Amino acid sequence: MSIIAARKESTTTPQAGESAGVPAGTTAARPAPADKKATRGQVDITNVRKSFGATEVLKGVSLSVPPGGVAVIVGPSGSGKSTLLRTINHLEKVDGGYITIDGELVGYEVRGNKLHELREKDILKQRTHIGMVFQSFNLFPHLTALENVIEAPIVAQKRSKAEARKRGLELLDRVGLKDRADAYPRQLSGGQQQRVAIARALALDPKILLFDEPTSALDPELVNEVLDVIRELAKSGTTLIVVTHEMGFARDVADTVVFMDQGQIVESGTPQEIFANPREERTRSFFSKVIEPAFNI
Amino acid sequence: MSAIAPPATAETSPPTPDYSEYKLVPARHPWRWVGTVLVAAGVAAIAWSLVTNPRWEWGVVAEWFTAQSVVNGLIETLKLTAISGVLGFVLGFILALMRLSASPLLVSVSWTFSWIFRSTPLLVQLLLWYNLGYLYEKISLGIPFTDVRFFEAQTTTLISQFAAAVLGLTLNQAAYSAEIIRGGILSVDQGQLEAASALGIPAWKRSTRIVLPQAMRAILPNAFNEIIGLVKGTSIVYVLAYSELFYTVQVIYNRTQQVLPLLLVATLWYVVITSVLSVFQYYIERHFSKGALRTLPLTPLQKARKFFTTHVAATPTKDAR
Repeated sequence: MSIIAARKESTTTPQAGESAGVPAGTTAARPAPADKKATRGQVDITNVRKSFGATEVLKGVSLSVPPGGVAVIVGPSGSGKSTLLRTINHLEKVDGGYITIDGELVGYEVRGNKLHELREKDILKQRTHIGMVFQSFNLFPHLTALENVIEAPIVAQKRSKAEARKRGLELLDRVGLKDRADAYPRQLSGGQQQRVAIARALALDPKILLFDEPTSALDPELVNEVLDVIRELAKSGTTLIVVTHEMGFARDVADTVVFMDQGQIVESGTPQEIFANPREERTRSFFSKVIEPAFNI
Repeated sequence: MSAIAPPATAETSPPTPDYSEYKLVPARHPWRWVGTVLVAAGVAAIAWSLVTNPRWEWGVVAEWFTAQSVVNGLIETLKLTAISGVLGFVLGFILALMRLSASPLLVSVSWTFSWIFRSTPLLVQLLLWYNLGYLYEKISLGIPFTDVRFFEAQTTTLISQFAAAVLGLTLNQAAYSAEIIRGGILSVDQGQLEAASALGIPAWKRSTRIVLPQAMRAILPNAFNEIIGLVKGTSIVYVLAYSELFYTVQVIYNRTQQVLPLLLVATLWYVVITSVLSVFQYYIERHFSKGALRTLPLTPLQKARKFFTTHVAATPTKDAR
């Protein structure tokens, strides 16, 4: 009597990470599939804690995503998903724990036996390796689609305008918006705006892409055009970490699904493990609420 | 699994008559016409009295309008406006950034500056600056708490009428423009800054390329209000006997006793300056509304051209039809 509709066969194979002696609730995700020849973009989050005032939103979270891996973080509102994502590019400072990308600490450097926060300049440099796509797009409204895409390469990476334009048009082509290059964000639909935002994040050639509920602000009929672009990216070998409420998308695209609740990772595993055969009661009850029973009929 | 219900049949409603050949007639607004006529009559009456009442002395106005002394005064007014306007907004920008900074000291210094200069009358400020020599005989630049002096001068030689006027107007203007600029910056969505820093764009470029261009939309209408206010506000420096436009016409009418015509001369020049500024405002605001509107409205010139091409140039084809 399964509550959740499982389209993929369920599996009971335990995760590779568990046998490695990692504490419960943490994940060492499976190695990336063989067709992705990614060599960069390993993300390791270790025991990250974060409080806003008296509220502890992250209570010691650990997560590893291998190069080229696709981790999808799901969970109820206020579970700390977005905060966790924002600590990965140091938009949110951690109160404890640390994050490394390909072994390099994010936002800090080791001096003696202390982690000193980096200067703004060095943090900005690190951020150019980490693309981010926001729920509310945050395109620059006074710049055209193309200008949005080439702003950071020109200003932050000091590339030549001609080169940036050429690459910008390629990226807009990749998200299917080459013909709207000169449109301003307000002249585009929500789905188109988000696709421009993805092209903008790709313009710095990041190792990692972070998606913070990329489809939550979109009309239902526009969700798929954005998800299709992300699906394509998942095959490209860039490491993706996606916070989303789109369970169907998580099931199709994720290597690892991470379920968070109340500032902790409750469990994580392959989509089959998490959706069809969750170990924890909290996971079970969450999915029973968010996955429409209609799929079962 | 559910059977589809048969479509509801119109049992009672009679067949709809066919209106497709009917012409559409917009609603009439008779009261709008009554209002228009009344206002037009009022405007005509005012215009008539301006032209026919000899006491306006338009001949005297015309005589003095381009007189050398008046034009000199006008130049001084423009000079004061430009200098204290530019310096005021530059200082205001710095004060706004201080106010928005994370340092409590910078915030409170900026707040105190605005508090003092907004709460004392400009007239008092001007007189105080002009009489600074009474308070401090000498002004010097050196290392505090030592006898080292790089520069020293008598206050009275340093603070001329012009310097006092610029100082007073600038500091006063800075206090107001700081608030206008701060308001503009606050009106830009926080997500813009976040997106820019997530893209690795440095702080200074974030301000100048991302935030300010968007803040300008909120800043400009108020800024032009301030500049236009400043143009006329410069007339207050007559208390320093500084010969700008207003002081000049005062001197003239005290001699000739033609008070109203000369006040009209000054007024008309203020109207001219304000009109020119308003045209600037229109085009500058238009420039910064890039991307804020789906389609930019036509400029008056474009509208005129469009009117010409569609109405005037199109008439022959209409006749031919």
